[in-house]
Amino acid sequence: MPNIPNSPIFPEQGSDIARSVDHLMLFALGGLVVFSTLIAVLVLVFMVKYRRKHEGEVGEDVYETNPKSQILELVWSVIPLGLLLILFGWGTKVFFDQNRPPAGAAQYWVTGRQWMWKIQHPNGRREINELHVPLGQAVQLRMISEDVIHDFFVPAFRIHVDVLPSRYTTYWFKATKTGEFHLFCGQYCGTEHSKMVGKIVVMEPRAYEAWLAGEQAGGVLPAVASGEQLFVAKACNTCHRPDSSARAPILNGLFGAQVTLQDGTKVTADENYVRESILNPGAKIVQGYQPVMPTFKGQVTEEELIQLVNYVKTLKAADGAAEARK
Amino acid sequence: MTTSPNPVPAEFPRTHYLNAAYGLKSWLWTRDHKRIALLYLVSVSVFFALGGLMAVLIRMELATPEGDFFQPDVYNRLFTMHGILMIFFFLIPGIPAVLGNFLIPLMIGAKDLAFPRINLLSWYLYTIGGAFTLWALLHGGVDTGWTFYTPLSTNYVNTSVLTVGVGIFIAGFSSILTGLNFIVTIHRMRAPGLTWFRLPLFVWGHYATSIIQILGTPVVAIAILMVAAERMLHIGFFDPKLGGDPVLFQHLFWFYSHPAVYIMILPAMGVISELVAAFSRKPIFGYKFVAFASIGIAVLGFLVWGHHMFVAGQSIYAGVVFSVLSMLVAVPSAVKVFNWTATLYKGSISWDTPMLYALGFIGLFTIGGLTGVMLATLGIDAHVHDTYFIIAHFHYIMVGGAIMGYLGGLHYWWPKITGRLYPVFWSKLSALVIFIGFNVTFFPQFILGYLGMPRRYHTYPPEFQVLNVMSSAGATILGIGYLMPLIYFVWSMRYGPRATANPWNATGLEWQTTSPPPVENFTYPPVVTAPPYTYEAQPAAGKEARLGA
Amino acid sequence: MAHDAHGPSDLAHHFDSYEQQKESATLGMWTFLVTEILFFGGLFAAYSLYRSLYPEAFRAASHSLDIRLGAFNTAVLIGSSLTMALAVRGGQTGKPKTTFTMLLGTLLLGSTFLAVKAVEYADKFTHHHVPGPSFHFEGPDAPHAQLFFSLYFGMTGLHALHMVIGAAILAFMLRPALRGAWTPRNHNFLEGFGLYWHFVDLVWIFLFPLLYLIGRHH
Repeated sequence: MPNIPNSPIFPEQGSDIARSVDHLMLFALGGLVVFSTLIAVLVLVFMVKYRRKHEGEVGEDVYETNPKSQILELVWSVIPLGLLLILFGWGTKVFFDQNRPPAGAAQYWVTGRQWMWKIQHPNGRREINELHVPLGQAVQLRMISEDVIHDFFVPAFRIHVDVLPSRYTTYWFKATKTGEFHLFCGQYCGTEHSKMVGKIVVMEPRAYEAWLAGEQAGGVLPAVASGEQLFVAKACNTCHRPDSSARAPILNGLFGAQVTLQDGTKVTADENYVRESILNPGAKIVQGYQPVMPTFKGQVTEEELIQLVNYVKTLKAADGAAEARK
Repeated sequence: MTTSPNPVPAEFPRTHYLNAAYGLKSWLWTRDHKRIALLYLVSVSVFFALGGLMAVLIRMELATPEGDFFQPDVYNRLFTMHGILMIFFFLIPGIPAVLGNFLIPLMIGAKDLAFPRINLLSWYLYTIGGAFTLWALLHGGVDTGWTFYTPLSTNYVNTSVLTVGVGIFIAGFSSILTGLNFIVTIHRMRAPGLTWFRLPLFVWGHYATSIIQILGTPVVAIAILMVAAERMLHIGFFDPKLGGDPVLFQHLFWFYSHPAVYIMILPAMGVISELVAAFSRKPIFGYKFVAFASIGIAVLGFLVWGHHMFVAGQSIYAGVVFSVLSMLVAVPSAVKVFNWTATLYKGSISWDTPMLYALGFIGLFTIGGLTGVMLATLGIDAHVHDTYFIIAHFHYIMVGGAIMGYLGGLHYWWPKITGRLYPVFWSKLSALVIFIGFNVTFFPQFILGYLGMPRRYHTYPPEFQVLNVMSSAGATILGIGYLMPLIYFVWSMRYGPRATANPWNATGLEWQTTSPPPVENFTYPPVVTAPPYTYEAQPAAGKEARLGA
Repeated sequence: MAHDAHGPSDLAHHFDSYEQQKESATLGMWTFLVTEILFFGGLFAAYSLYRSLYPEAFRAASHSLDIRLGAFNTAVLIGSSLTMALAVRGGQTGKPKTTFTMLLGTLLLGSTFLAVKAVEYADKFTHHHVPGPSFHFEGPDAPHAQLFFSLYFGMTGLHALHMVIGAAILAFMLRPALRGAWTPRNHNFLEGFGLYWHFVDLVWIFLFPLLYLIGRHH
């Protein structure tokens, strides 16, 4: 489908999704124009044509006298309903595309707080209020807030996702155009809400690599490596050890697996599960274990949690020891 | 003109509800629904003026991209208080408490509402709630946005959330009691012969509104109480640190606040049905469809609240369900618009001021409704959620819809309420100025929103300035448009020519008593023998009955 | 509601007949109770959500409540519903003395309920089960147990507030009852208040199992 040229009413299209949202919008806009023009023309024509000619005149009741009136009612209920359902189906399809990242998307992490965005690249590189991404690469953001509800909004990608303080939410895009795009906080978050803005910088993949390798090169630990350090520093490894005498569930191979809890229910060990188990270990006790783990609430920041979650994700079932993914 | 068997009233009554008693006490202790309606008229006008003033200040700040007039915390208080005053203290009570209160007993041939004391109590509760809110305004105001999202409102702001919360809570009970009064009155107090399908559509609209007030308002009351408890007692209903879910608040809030949109628009739709019929001099096309559309909107309105949370982290399948339900609400709304338009066909259309407002309503509501359909579309909402697109959409519904309906109704029944006429030229001019000013103010905001300008932004990127300047210029025109009725209405109360009992030659029981009506509403108990809007040609009678002024 | 019993007649000026007046009062009261159901509904919705999310924490916290006091209070309220119904009956049949006695009985039972509730609340304070900075709970999932107690205080507190308001109105009804203010022709206020009282009892009938009896069948 063709690109819509830059126009004063459509913002820049930074992704394929943006294009499909614009097409959907054009369809809806077409409906709006047709129906509102129809109503406006009819109102104006009737207003003039049936203008009261003399004081004693009354209107003619066409409803009761014409048996087709009820059919007319049916027609103008059913036709809009049909159009609405088409719009609903199309909109839902686009929404699924907006919310379902493809497999193999690069994992970035976003932490929102009053009033800044903190971003971490897959290799551990961090930025504030700026996100550099390579062109043509599917990018998945896992987002969490340290305080109130924020919202990650890039008009060029045509999608908002709220950033909650209670669990991770996901935002994804695949940039199709290099350049700089607005990043806004889309959910009112207090005094400096309108200053919680930044930019997305889409670069050619080579330029991105160069940028990554540029300043601070060598000084940054990959997220996984710093997660491993934290795992030791917080003494997680004294209980969660891959040997038989462990007092806690073995974490190797845990991520993505089904976990059976005390009351028999099963949950999937995803990012939110790991985060909750660190902050509030008693919430979901794994079958066969005692609720002995202390809470780490207040002892780890959201960013440290991200490192830990990242580390746990890398623990493979097969190997005994942790292997940091390069 | 009508087939009513009721005796024709005297042209200019010597005693009526306005001069039956004098003095402040006769107003503050009145149990007459007509006087209580006037008390409301004064109060809602005050809040409308205050809310409007804040809108002017907001538009002034947004004329430039930088924050030059106000500090961000002041700006945030301005839009929060603008929303709270306009929604809870003007739009929700507006048409029901002023026009509904005055007209429902008259339209159904009753002497008063079923519970006159509770009606007065409603006004006092409203006033006390308003006083709390104004007190909070003078002591720093609130900067949470009118939606009070947690945990911002519970743990992160230091402003008068509690005081305003109490104010809204109290005003909410006023709204509940008004709805209760209307439901009982419409069920039990109808004149002989006035069956359900002979009720004016204004009454149907208010009946649907009352259902929402009864069912929705208590839920937002408890949600606000929970926010208050969380702030005061530090117990964690919504605090994520204590295991609460901040999104639960949004569910409770919108369970009420979405239907509340229909509290604002349904009475306006009722007004429009009256105006279109009266100024086309014929029955509403598809009366039963229009009546049931009101009930349909009220019922479906309770099933769509989740469309405010499409991007709030709720499951995408929940989004799908709420999206399709939201689409369904559009059908009864569309039915109404088509039926009003069809009513004009072969009508005898006069271009009197109320009709100009009504026709303006039809156009603006159509655009507001169709953009609402866009917002119900998941793929579009994900982009325009919480941008100026949504601001434009709900102002088309609430200002272009509810306020146009309110002003149209006020112009239509003003002769009945006060017994006076207002200047024709100025009133028609006001309708035109408001229509133009409104569109210049809010149409650019649709474009701004699609371009990505988020709402509640104190400063914005410079490329949005042109459209913002247009919007601010339009707001100036709109402000002038609103000042005009204020001036000529006040003028007419003293200097306006006397109105006859039925200056528009309209049907409806309210026109079969004197202007203004007597304390007991009717000198003879009215009897109804025909459906509403039964117009019969009587070439000679019309001219005589119409006021000679 | 609409108890315009002053003036020469106990038929309010804007009603045509006693029947219309009575029907209006009854419908008004029922409409009000629908509002009340929705008012409590917000808390019930929060309860359902959190209980389904954190069943273990809710079970553990529920077990710390005193089931005997809860059951006793349930019995007290059912008894008060009976006395209230008899009071209304007294009004319908024109027996002011019966009405007075039964209203007094209702008032006493209602006060008993509130006194027991006060004892339970005091117990929560001594055991640090009141949500807030000093909250302490022995159990695997203390934060979510705190959520349970927030809901416990919210729901029983709102219910107790309704009881207090009801008891206050009852106290003001005693004198008119003795003077025979409610006649077979017009006892709308008495009947309306009776509906309110039964409603408040009914809320407790829901609260008791939801708060006290979680997982007791194990």
